[in-house]
Amino acid sequence: MTTQINENQFDATELEAQFAATIKAKDRIEPRDWMPEKYRKTLVRQVAQHAHSEIIGMQPEGNWISRAPSLRRKAILLAKVQDEAGHGLYLYSAAETLGATRNELTEKLIAGKQKYSSIFNYPTLAYTDVGTIGWLVDGAAICNQVPLCRTSFGPYGRAMIRVCKEESFHQRQGYELLMTMMRGTEEQRASVQESVNRFWWPSLMMFGPPDDDSPNTEQSMEWGIKTHTNDELRQKFVDMSVPQAEALGVTFPDDGLKWNEERGHYDFSTPDWDEFWAVVKGNGPCNEQRVAHRKRAWDEGAWVREAALAFAENTAADAADTDTAADTDTANTADTTNTTAEETAK
Amino acid sequence: MTNEPSIHVDHDEAGANIEHGDHENAYSGLLVNDAHWAFGTDFEDPLAGVDTTVPSGVDPKDLAAYCLMLGDDALVFSQRISEWCSSAPDLEEDIALANIALDLLGQSRLLLARSAAADPSLVPQLPEGSPVPDEDRLAFFREDLAFRNVRLAEVPNGDFAEAVAKILIYSTWRLAIFERLQSSRDSVLSAIAVKGVKEMSYHRDFAGRWVLTLARGTEESKTRLLTALEGLWPLWGELFETHPVEASVAAAGIGVDPAEVADEAGVILDQVFAAAGIERPERGALAGVRGERGRDGLHTEALSKMLADMQVVARQYPEGQW
Repeated sequence: MTTQINENQFDATELEAQFAATIKAKDRIEPRDWMPEKYRKTLVRQVAQHAHSEIIGMQPEGNWISRAPSLRRKAILLAKVQDEAGHGLYLYSAAETLGATRNELTEKLIAGKQKYSSIFNYPTLAYTDVGTIGWLVDGAAICNQVPLCRTSFGPYGRAMIRVCKEESFHQRQGYELLMTMMRGTEEQRASVQESVNRFWWPSLMMFGPPDDDSPNTEQSMEWGIKTHTNDELRQKFVDMSVPQAEALGVTFPDDGLKWNEERGHYDFSTPDWDEFWAVVKGNGPCNEQRVAHRKRAWDEGAWVREAALAFAENTAADAADTDTAADTDTANTADTTNTTAEETAK
Repeated sequence: MTNEPSIHVDHDEAGANIEHGDHENAYSGLLVNDAHWAFGTDFEDPLAGVDTTVPSGVDPKDLAAYCLMLGDDALVFSQRISEWCSSAPDLEEDIALANIALDLLGQSRLLLARSAAADPSLVPQLPEGSPVPDEDRLAFFREDLAFRNVRLAEVPNGDFAEAVAKILIYSTWRLAIFERLQSSRDSVLSAIAVKGVKEMSYHRDFAGRWVLTLARGTEESKTRLLTALEGLWPLWGELFETHPVEASVAAAGIGVDPAEVADEAGVILDQVFAAAGIERPERGALAGVRGERGRDGLHTEALSKMLADMQVVARQYPEGQW
């Protein structure tokens, strides 16, 4: 008895050491590897939040599918929003390798127990916002997500490689829409500037609170879940965006934005962190609307999901009776073939 | 346990390698005007490079009107299905419905472009110098009375049972027509049909499997399915009414008379119903007004509302670049 306890203790120490060595060597932790419970919990929270962001993120742009101003733009937008559903699928699958289920995570989202990126709590007020979201919001998301391709948990990192590839395609599409509009009429150019004015600050807030106000960063960096701090990524985003705006012919709504020769970076003003926290805490312009939309879709789809389960059980029972299982397993499997926006474009 | 992200090498249309690296710089290549961009970097005529000469023995106006009918069916139905985006019962269905809407949208673009090429007088006039292409003029600058789609395509969405029932009915009907249209004397229509047959075989399969699932799932799903079919059935008859334009293009070997595929489509639908263990609804066909129906530009109240939403941004910028 005593021996066994000692062995377990020894094993636990050994496992922790192995885990730490894997992290240190920047290798991947895989689902069947031992991991500290807190690491698992942190990851489930982060991956779920990321998956929810993809799914909630379908709504602001989805708002303009029916009103897209050309058939080509309608196809591009529908394919993009569809890609986001696909990203949600991969990420929920990554979370499932940690023992969470899609149903349970969705229930937590609609109960307000898990969050998603606050950027989606801002409204889309013009078709132009589709372009601005592609350029700035997807751009900021890529800055955040590229380092996650090297995150320590294998399934998450691999999902992120595909997500990033598609996101960078979306970003180009968004920028291309704005470029095209800038070549159009005076009203179109004014619409681009107006849209950029609304999305610039919320995009900067996507990197999260300042480092001295970000309690989870240190542990996440130690575990290799996170590889850069919020402020580092925010600076990088500003530095990349300014020349881009110049090429486009728009300005950012910040008088404090100027090149700092000494630092080798752009200086910029402090985002309105009161607004950030108000939106995070549920008082953003669209928080309730976004969650209510997701809840309605989920609730109204409940009878369909139940029917699919019942059908699978009924046909499995029939198959057992007749001993011919061959044609029953695919009957209610929806086609999940996801033609990406990029593939649609070819 | 090591699995470093690899360098992805794609090929652009010219066959040159495009290295994505690990996307360290989100903006690399953003300003490069390469062929890898979505749908190119500018509008391209979907029929570019295709011979759009109207075959002999058919009035170009009839060919154009016929393409408009088929194009409007696909456009209006695509618009309805795309309303499901972000509201489907689960992510898999959301993705599948978006695929169907995208396929139909692609079909409509080709058909509208074919229509405009055959009879430019059909295309609405915009201020001189407007860059709006023909397909968009047809989609966004016509009133509801000028739309020639069947009314099935425009009726407002119901629940998921209504969606799959409507897709099953539409694709069963349209597939029977497109299978014949593959041998159209118009090479453009024939090519559109060949592509469409592949796409709609999948749509019919998706809808058929769900009809089966709902019919044999729970009591509630069966009730909802039967209610949906009952509600849609009055629109079935109109699908097989022959409009004079359809009679004319069919006689010329260019188009298909829908009345000719009524039996075939009915048999296929009955097979699905039999497998699902449900009966074909018994309801009379929805009447027209003075005998006019969707093909004549006579629609339900739902169409003009749908178009008001669909066309609003395009009409705000009649000289806009998209």
